[in-house]
Amino acid sequence: MSHVITQTEQVSVTPEERKWAIAKRYWYLVTLVVPVILILSGVMAIESNSGQWLWLLAVVFFIVIPIVDFIFGADSFNPSEEEQEALKDDGYYKKILYVATAFQWIGLVSMTCVVTQGDFSWFNILGAIISVGAMHAVGLTMSHELGHKMNDKTQVIVAQICSACSGYAHFNIEHNKGHHKDVATPDDPASSRMGESLYKFALRELPGAARRGWTLEASRLKRQKRRAFSMHNELLQSLAITIVAYGVMTYLFGWMALPFLLITAVYGWFQLTMANYIEHYGLLRKTLENGRFERCQPHHSWNNNFKASNLLTLHLQRHSDHHAHPTRPYQLLRDYQDAPELPHGYPAMMGMALIPAAWRMIMDHRVVEWANGDMNKVNIDPAQREEIFRQFHNPELSSTSFKASAA
Amino acid sequence: MAQYQCPDCDYVYDEKKGCEREGYPAGTTWEQIPDEFPCPDCFVREKPDFEIVETLEEGN
Repeated sequence: MSHVITQTEQVSVTPEERKWAIAKRYWYLVTLVVPVILILSGVMAIESNSGQWLWLLAVVFFIVIPIVDFIFGADSFNPSEEEQEALKDDGYYKKILYVATAFQWIGLVSMTCVVTQGDFSWFNILGAIISVGAMHAVGLTMSHELGHKMNDKTQVIVAQICSACSGYAHFNIEHNKGHHKDVATPDDPASSRMGESLYKFALRELPGAARRGWTLEASRLKRQKRRAFSMHNELLQSLAITIVAYGVMTYLFGWMALPFLLITAVYGWFQLTMANYIEHYGLLRKTLENGRFERCQPHHSWNNNFKASNLLTLHLQRHSDHHAHPTRPYQLLRDYQDAPELPHGYPAMMGMALIPAAWRMIMDHRVVEWANGDMNKVNIDPAQREEIFRQFHNPELSSTSFKASAA
Repeated sequence: MAQYQCPDCDYVYDEKKGCEREGYPAGTTWEQIPDEFPCPDCFVREKPDFEIVETLEEGN
């Protein structure tokens, strides 16, 4: 069976796709470019004494990437089974992330130095905050990738160091053991509900995830017959790195460094919140007869396959495959043709999520189509339930569309 | 001592080794592992999904 699939895949690869597949290996280095842009923007701001440079990475992230996505379009290449075998054990891809983790820390230190030592307007400092936040967003994506490789001690440790850069200590524990288990159910603070605005979601997700992370780590330590407050607590280990590093920077660069670091960290968390908001909006797993939720399927994640934003997010936008096989390395993730599709890549969707009315205009009808008009199949914000049912519930839609496709 | 494999990733629970990092010391039998035990690598499969690994008995 698998042999047949392999042959079909090989036949369908065009020469352009082949060329792209080879070039892609080097395009992944964009992960290193992100902190380098931040470092250069700081240097330019000091050298030219013009604070507008501090906006550079924010502009690249929210404006340039969506435009590049629009120009270069979708990435049609999926590695065949033989290619996956070769890519799987290629250490190159994880080494990019190791080096990028070091660059992220250098980026944070250098930008904190620039902002605190230079004389910039509040407006341009805001640009620096959003730029560092964008870098943190990529950093948390890297940490996410590394943190899933639980059988490789090095990757798990680098993930902790990487999460520590934005002070998001509980992320790896919470994400693997909590989000992946409860995804697309009302139990998951990291799955957004239809009708829930980004801001309402953030107030549920940020504390909910922290609480779940702590509970999970405490129960692991309890099984090991250790105290929750011990040096074996991986959450506290990561937090300790943050406290020491932020403390040293505050000592070196003056008290102004501390609010800058804290605000950029919180903004970095919010960037992750935005990604979580986008990934499962409204999608719901069915409850089985035994009371458990059905297993997470490809149709329980929103996907996007644009080239540029996929490189920037380590293929996280091929989200269905990620949830189906969480330990699959990023260079192997495949696009699922039948999975729910977002109209744009994550950076552009994040921009839309900031304006709740725009988000609902773009996404609500997609959720309704996904559920074939049966709103009982949707993860809905309880406060909006009646209103959403009144507006969208039309279970006959599914039987009509079925008849239409049958005819 | 038997081994049980996660059907999604390559993780194998070996009763001889246990799973120290999740708090199940070496020698913990599969029976002693709770039903809600998730695969400690991928976390998307639980104990009831695991499959026994067929191994040749020593001396065979």
